[in-house]
Amino acid sequence: MSAVPPAAPLAAFDVPREVRDAVGDLLAAYGLLIDEDKLEDWVALFDDACDYKVVTRENVEQGLPNVLIWCDNKDMLSDRVHSYRHVNEYNLHWDRHVIGPPRFLGQQDGAWRFEASYALFQTDLEGASRLFSVGRYRMAASVASGAARLRSVEVVADTGLVPSLLATPI
Amino acid sequence: MALAVDWQRDDYSRVPYWLYHDEELYAQEMERIFRGPVWNYLCLEAEIPQPGDFRTTWVGDTPVVVSRAKDGTIHAFVNRCAHRGAMIVRKTHGNAPDHVCIYHRWCYSGDGTLVGIPFRKGLKGEGGMPADFDMKAASPRKLRIANCCGVIFGTFAETCETVEDYLGAFGMGMVKRFFHKPIKILGYSRQLIAGNWKLYAENLRDTYHASLLHEFFVTYGVDRATQKGGVKMDARHRHNMNHAYTATDTQEEARAAYAGQQGVALDRMQLKDSKLLQHVPEFADRMNLAAPAFFPNGLLIQINHSLGTRQIRPKGVGAHEVFQTLFGYADDTPEMTRHRLISANLVGPAGLVSMEDGEAIEIVQKATKREGAAATVIEMGGRGPVKDLAHRVTETPIRGFWSYWAELMGVEAPGGIR
Ligand SMILES: [Fe+2]
Repeated sequence: MSAVPPAAPLAAFDVPREVRDAVGDLLAAYGLLIDEDKLEDWVALFDDACDYKVVTRENVEQGLPNVLIWCDNKDMLSDRVHSYRHVNEYNLHWDRHVIGPPRFLGQQDGAWRFEASYALFQTDLEGASRLFSVGRYRMAASVASGAARLRSVEVVADTGLVPSLLATPI
Repeated sequence: MALAVDWQRDDYSRVPYWLYHDEELYAQEMERIFRGPVWNYLCLEAEIPQPGDFRTTWVGDTPVVVSRAKDGTIHAFVNRCAHRGAMIVRKTHGNAPDHVCIYHRWCYSGDGTLVGIPFRKGLKGEGGMPADFDMKAASPRKLRIANCCGVIFGTFAETCETVEDYLGAFGMGMVKRFFHKPIKILGYSRQLIAGNWKLYAENLRDTYHASLLHEFFVTYGVDRATQKGGVKMDARHRHNMNHAYTATDTQEEARAAYAGQQGVALDRMQLKDSKLLQHVPEFADRMNLAAPAFFPNGLLIQINHSLGTRQIRPKGVGAHEVFQTLFGYADDTPEMTRHRLISANLVGPAGLVSMEDGEAIEIVQKATKREGAAATVIEMGGRGPVKDLAHRVTETPIRGFWSYWAELMGVEAPGGIR
């Protein structure tokens, strides 16, 4: 049924405690910074050479490359955040991310690869909450001196039918 | 029950708000508009290249299967089993020699004809269907289809204009423009907007909002009212096209025109990475923005190098899905494909120049619910007859939409313009 590449580990490997801790902290910061509307700080979690992409499971399963959002470096990512701040209009809301524990897939090009499920709820200014998006992150991060930095984030949203519109990041 | 609409004016410059909220009216629209004498956009031929390929789509809120039969011909039929009414095809797409309803395994050929009923003759002489049950007559309703340069349109009407007459010279010309060579599907996006489907159809005919609501357009000069451009319509004013030409205004002209327009700023920021906006005209007409909208449910859209179709799928009176198909050309280089995908940042549910529409429509739907008899004002660009325009400070094509809508619904204003 699924054409999404299997997420089985590349080879047997150990994940050092330090890496688990750093990635756990990174994921917590990732969700909470967006939820606190600190989008500029969220951008700062990324390496300069980074990639952020939102795709939908419907496209991935068909092997289709379409993107909802694709920033292939940090400048594009901060352009998008600037645009949200000053140019775009969107539904006024608060975000709330619930991110599951990471599953490590191995190391590649000096970065740890892992994935995690997410649920993103939106609450309007009168307090009505709704499920906005569920899916998973496919991420890569470098870990040094106990801190992890994002090299790439691919959001594969099961929720391809976007409610209203997609502005603030997943 | 017959509807009566108080239009107040004969030029459709007033539209009462109850037309966006009334359940009974919505049900009539599904019959008289979407199943009426119109050509609905169904899908693209490139989505079903092989015999047996199928795609599910919607005509109004009726589920429809588009499939390519073994002999290569393309067919469309209502996705509802002739037996107990279950949806026959449940996937969005696939390839199958025939289609079998899971409920009682009734079987349909690629063109939607009922060809198999398990235990039709009973078992050991007992049970079974009556001998005179006519499988062909019971088959799901088929649509007539038309394939215009690879764009598949369908109609429920037994007789109506040819698709060429329906789209008119300008519509056919635009289909040929977008599909002048083989395409490659890049993928899909979907957006569920909590507003009546007509608000989206109007939005596509409202060139006035484009450079005001979508400030990104103006800030970065993708599309400004100061560019050379305008709106074109068919003779009946049911279809329209907002269009603009690359780099036909200057930053100074634009700055002067938008000076003092509340909330719009040209020089608010610079993009750190402007490749998103890189555009080399790829069509002979040099347009960088072309958005021909076809009554009732279709749109072709080019914004710079992003190319796509959109289909409006009503989901009850208060919601609609916007289903977008992005494509490039089969001979695109890998770099061009990458650039089209980067350009996709502009369009779709998260598009930097399109996300606002979802919000604008939802706040209209919310605020007008209890304003039944009150009416929206559509006078930007003038009153009276509807005409093509060589400028875009207008919402005139919306009045064209309503004029044709009223004709099909049998509720034209007395002496109403056409
Ligand atoms: Fe718009």
